[in-house]
Amino acid sequence: MSSVASDEGVAVPTGETEGSYLQDGYTIRSWLLTTDHKRIALLYLGSITIFFFIGGIAAALVRLNLLVPEGLLGSEEAYNRLFTMHGIVMVWFFLVPAVPVTLGNFVIPLMLGARDLAFPRLNLFSWYLFMAGGAITLWALFAGGVDTGWTFYTPLSTAYAKGHVVLAAVGIFISGFSSIATGLNFIVTIHRLRAPGYTWYKLPVFIWSMYSLSVLLVLATPVLAITLLLVMLERLFHVGVFDPSIGGDPLLFQHLFWFYSHPAVYMMILPGFGVVSEIIPAFSRKRLFGYKFVAWASISIAVISFFVWGHHMFVAGTSIYSAVLFSILSYLVAVPSAIKVFNWLGTMHKGYISFDAPMLYALGFIGLFTIGGLTGLWVAALAADVHLTQTYFVVAHFHYIMVGGMVSAFFAGLHYWWPKITGKLYPEMWARIAALIMFIGFNLTFFPQFILGYLGMPRRYFSYAPEFQVLNVLSSAGATILAAAYLMPLGYLLWSLVYGERAPANPWGATGLEWQTRSPPPTINFLRTPVITQDPYSYQPPEPVQHGG
Amino acid sequence: MAASPTLAHGFQYAGPSHQAETAVAGMWLFLATEVLLFGGLILSWIYARHFNPLGFAAGARETELRVGTLNTAILISSSFTYALGLSFLRAGNSRRLLHCLALTLLLGAAFLALKFGLEWHDDFRNHLFPTDARFKIVGAENGGARLFFSFYFIGTALHGLHMTVGVALVIWIILRARRGEFSARYHTPVHLVGLYWSFVDIVWLALYPLIYLIR
Amino acid sequence: MNLWLPAASAGGVDTDRLLWALLLMSLAVLALVFGLLFRYIVKYRASSTLDRGAVAEKTWTFETAWTAATLLVFFGLFVWGADLYLRLSLPPRGALKIYVIAKQWMWKVEHAGGQREINTLHLPTGRPVELVMTSEDVIHDFSVPAFRVKHDVLPDRYETLWFTVTRPGTYHLFCTQFCGLDHSKMVGEIVALPPAQFGGWLERNGGAGTLAAAGRVLYMRYGCSGCHGGEGAGGNQSGSTVRAPPLAGLYGNPVPLSNGSVIIADDLYIHDSIVEPDKQIVAGYAAIMPSFAGQLNEEQILQLVDYIKSLGAGKSLAPDTTP
Repeated sequence: MSSVASDEGVAVPTGETEGSYLQDGYTIRSWLLTTDHKRIALLYLGSITIFFFIGGIAAALVRLNLLVPEGLLGSEEAYNRLFTMHGIVMVWFFLVPAVPVTLGNFVIPLMLGARDLAFPRLNLFSWYLFMAGGAITLWALFAGGVDTGWTFYTPLSTAYAKGHVVLAAVGIFISGFSSIATGLNFIVTIHRLRAPGYTWYKLPVFIWSMYSLSVLLVLATPVLAITLLLVMLERLFHVGVFDPSIGGDPLLFQHLFWFYSHPAVYMMILPGFGVVSEIIPAFSRKRLFGYKFVAWASISIAVISFFVWGHHMFVAGTSIYSAVLFSILSYLVAVPSAIKVFNWLGTMHKGYISFDAPMLYALGFIGLFTIGGLTGLWVAALAADVHLTQTYFVVAHFHYIMVGGMVSAFFAGLHYWWPKITGKLYPEMWARIAALIMFIGFNLTFFPQFILGYLGMPRRYFSYAPEFQVLNVLSSAGATILAAAYLMPLGYLLWSLVYGERAPANPWGATGLEWQTRSPPPTINFLRTPVITQDPYSYQPPEPVQHGG
Repeated sequence: MAASPTLAHGFQYAGPSHQAETAVAGMWLFLATEVLLFGGLILSWIYARHFNPLGFAAGARETELRVGTLNTAILISSSFTYALGLSFLRAGNSRRLLHCLALTLLLGAAFLALKFGLEWHDDFRNHLFPTDARFKIVGAENGGARLFFSFYFIGTALHGLHMTVGVALVIWIILRARRGEFSARYHTPVHLVGLYWSFVDIVWLALYPLIYLIR
Repeated sequence: MNLWLPAASAGGVDTDRLLWALLLMSLAVLALVFGLLFRYIVKYRASSTLDRGAVAEKTWTFETAWTAATLLVFFGLFVWGADLYLRLSLPPRGALKIYVIAKQWMWKVEHAGGQREINTLHLPTGRPVELVMTSEDVIHDFSVPAFRVKHDVLPDRYETLWFTVTRPGTYHLFCTQFCGLDHSKMVGEIVALPPAQFGGWLERNGGAGTLAAAGRVLYMRYGCSGCHGGEGAGGNQSGSTVRAPPLAGLYGNPVPLSNGSVIIADDLYIHDSIVEPDKQIVAGYAAIMPSFAGQLNEEQILQLVDYIKSLGAGKSLAPDTTP
C-alpha cells in the first residue's frame, strides 16, 4: 500500500532544462500521443486550417454560382449542398473551435503560469473526438452532402431532406463532446492552476474571455447534442418530436437549436474580444482602459446570451409578446459589446501606437465588429427585423461579426503569438499587406449584401431576380480578393517556419506571463514557477528616442 | 515540490491534494453538462406532454409501475452502498470497500436486467414500440401514446447507456481496489465514479415520475 | 443599379422610418468610432513626439457615461421597434381574408369567392388584407419585400399576416425559409389592383363557387352532417344517431373544453378539430370523432373551415354548450 499511482499519471516530461517543446521528440508518435497543450494546439491548428479551406472552397463556389441570376453552377442540388457544407464546416469545425483550441490551448497555461492544462489527456482525447467528428461530417458532405442548411430546420431535415442528414449530425454530435471537454478543461484550469499570487483581477482579459467562452461551451453544447440526437431518431424511426404530421412541434426544434446556436455566436466572438484586448494595450504601450469593465463585460455577455435565442424566431410564429421580451434582451446583450469598443478606443487615447500586423488586424477587427454590431441593432428592432431577417442583410450582418470580427481576431492573435509558438518571426511587410487586402476584400464582399438584403434578396437562393445582379457580382469580386488575402498568411507563415528570423522571448515588449518564458517555450513552460505581483498591462511609455513606428 | 514522498501527482499540480481537488471539480463540471443534456430531453418530454396529455397518460398506464418502483429502490440502494464503501475506504478499511462495490455492481446489474431484460422485452412483445405496425394503443390516444413511448425508449436508452458506463467504471474501480491501489489517503477515482454513479441515479429519479407516475 | 425599394404598403412606410432612424444612428456611431480611431492613429502614433500629458487613471465616470448613453439609445430603438411590430402584427377587424397554402415548391391561393391562383396573388389596394396561411409539408415563409412583411408558414398551423397595399403594381413574392431543392423557385407575384379593377378581376375569374359552397359539398360527402347535423345544427337532431356539438354560430365564440379550459373557436381550432379531434374535446361530449388527417388535404380543410364560418353569423350557440 505504500506506492500509490497518480490518477492522472502524467510523468514529468524530459527536456526540463534544455530545448523547447518542439524538440521534445521528433517522431509522429511523439506528436499523436502528446499530452503537451502546446503540441495539441499545433495539432488543432493544422486541423482547423484544413477545415477553413474546405469551408472556404464551398463559399467560393457559392459566390461563383451567384455571378448570374439563373445560377452559374446549373444545379440547385449542388448549390444547396454547397452552402450547407460551408455553414456546417465553418461553424462547427472552424469558427467555434478556432481561437480556443489553438491560441487558447497554447496560451492559457502560459498566461496562468501553469505547466499544462488541468487534464492533459482529456485535452488530447478532445482532439481525437474533434477529428473523428470532422471525418464523419466530411464523409457525409463528400458522399453526397446535406441539403438542409446548417440549421437543420425540422420537418425538412427529419422527413423531407434527401441528403446524409444523420451522418452529418453524428459528426457534429461527436465534435460537440470535443467542445465540452475543452471548455471543461479551461474552466478547471483557470480556477485551479493559476500561479501563486494570481488573483482574478490580475488575470489578463484573454483569460476572462476564455473563461466566459468555456461556460458557454460547457452549458450550451449538451443541448445541441440532445437536439441532434432527437433529429437523428426522428429521421430514422419517425418518432414525432418535431414533425407535426406525426404529433411533434417544429418550433420546439427551433427553440432548442437556437438555445445552443445563439450562445454559439458568442463562443465565436468572445475569444476575439480576448485577443484584441491583449493586442491593443501591447501596441499602444498603455494600460487597458477600464480593465474591470472589459472583464465583466465578457461574463455578462456569456450570461445574457443564454436568454436571447428567441430573436431568431421573430417571424417564426411564436407569441408576439415573447418576441418583445427577446428584443429587449437582445439590446441588453449588445451593451457590453459596445462598452468594449469604447474601452479599446480609450486604451489608444494618449498611447504610443505602432502598426505591426497584429495591431492592424486588431484595428480591422474593431472597425468590422462595430459595423456588425450596429447592424445587429437593426435586426434586434422587431419591426425592422421583419423586413430584414432571412435576407442577405442577415448574411452580411453575421459575416461582419464572424468573419470580419472573429477571423480578423484569429489572425491578429496568430501573428501576435506566432513568434512564441514557433520561435520564428514572420515577414512583417507581407503580413501588413495581407491585413490590408483582407480588410478591403472583406468589405467589398459583404457590404453589398446589406443593400441586397434591404432590397429583399432572400438567403439560400440558387437563382435570383435580375435586378440583384450588379451587387452580387460586386460581392463575388470582393470574394476573389478575400480568397487571395487568406492564402497569403498560409504562404508567408509557412515560409517563416524555415526562413524566418529567430524570435526573442518577448519580441513585442508585452507584459503577459507568456512572454517571460523562452520562444518557443520549454515543455514544462516555466523553468521556475512565476510569482505574480503586478497588475496586467502595466505598460510604460517608451523612451522618447527608441521608436521608429 | 511534492507534499508527500509516497504519492505521485501530475507535473502541473502543486501536490496530490491539489490534483485530487481539481479532478473532483472537473467531475462536477462534467455532471453539469450532463444535466443540460438530459435537461433538453426532459424539457422536450414535458413540452410534448403538455400538448398530448391524454395520450401520454394512456401510454403511462401501459408501463410496469411495480418494476419501475423496484428499480428506483434498487438504484437508491446502490448509491447508498457505494457511498458506504467510500466512507469505509476513508476510514482505512479497503476490504469493506470491495464488499460494498460488489453489492453496488450487483444492484446496477439487477437494474439493467429488470429494465432491459424484463421491461423492454415485455414492451416489445406488447407492441408498445412507437413504430410498431400493430401498436397496442389504438383510437384517439394512438398518436400521443406513440409519442410517449418514443420518449420512453429514448430516455431509458440514454439513461441505460449511462448506467452501462457506470457499471464498467465500477468494475474498473473494483479491479484497481483489488490490486490495493486505493487507501484512506488516495481515493480520487473512487470518489469521481461515486459522483457519476449518484448522478445517474438522480437522472432516474427525474425519469421515474415522467414514465410511471403521471398517468 | 437600384439601391432603393419604395415601400408599397402602409406599414412599410412606418418600417422605413424606423430603418432610416437605424441608419442615421449607425452612421453617427460609425463616424464617432472611426473618427476617434483615425484621430488616435495619427495623433498618438509611436513616432509622434507629442506630449501626452497625464493619462486618466480613474475610468468609471467614462464607463458609466457611455453605458448609460448606450442603454438609453438602445431602449429608444427597442420601444420604437416593438411598438411598431405589435401594431403591425394584430390584424384589424374586417380585413379581406385570403387563404394561402404553401407546398414544396409553390404558393396556392384561394379567395373567398372560390377564385384560385398559383404563384400569383391578386389584391385590392387601400384595404387591409389578411392572409391565412398554412403549409402542406415543411416550413416556408411568405415574404413581400415591397410591403416590408414576412412570416413563416408552418404545417398544421394557421399563421396570419396582414397589410394594406397603398400603390397598385406588381411586386415580388419570395419564400424566405429554406424549404428544399427548389426553394429559390418558390417565388411569385403580388398584383395589387385598385378596388374597382380588383372587383372586375374577381368577376372574370369567378370559380365554380365560393369556398364555403365547396366546403358544404365536402361537409355532406365526408359525412360530417351525420353527426353534426345538417347545416351544423348539432347532433341528436332528427335522423342522427350520435351526439356531436353543433357548429352553427361556433366561429369566433368561446368553447368550453373537457379539460376545463375555454378556447376561442378560430380557424386553427376548427382545422385541428378535423385533423386531431381528440386533442380538444368539447365539454360534455365523448371523444368519438375519427381523424380526417390524410383524407382531406389542406385546401379541402380550408373550404370546410370557411363553410363552418359561414354558418356563424347571427345564430346563437345551442343551449347545452353555452355556459
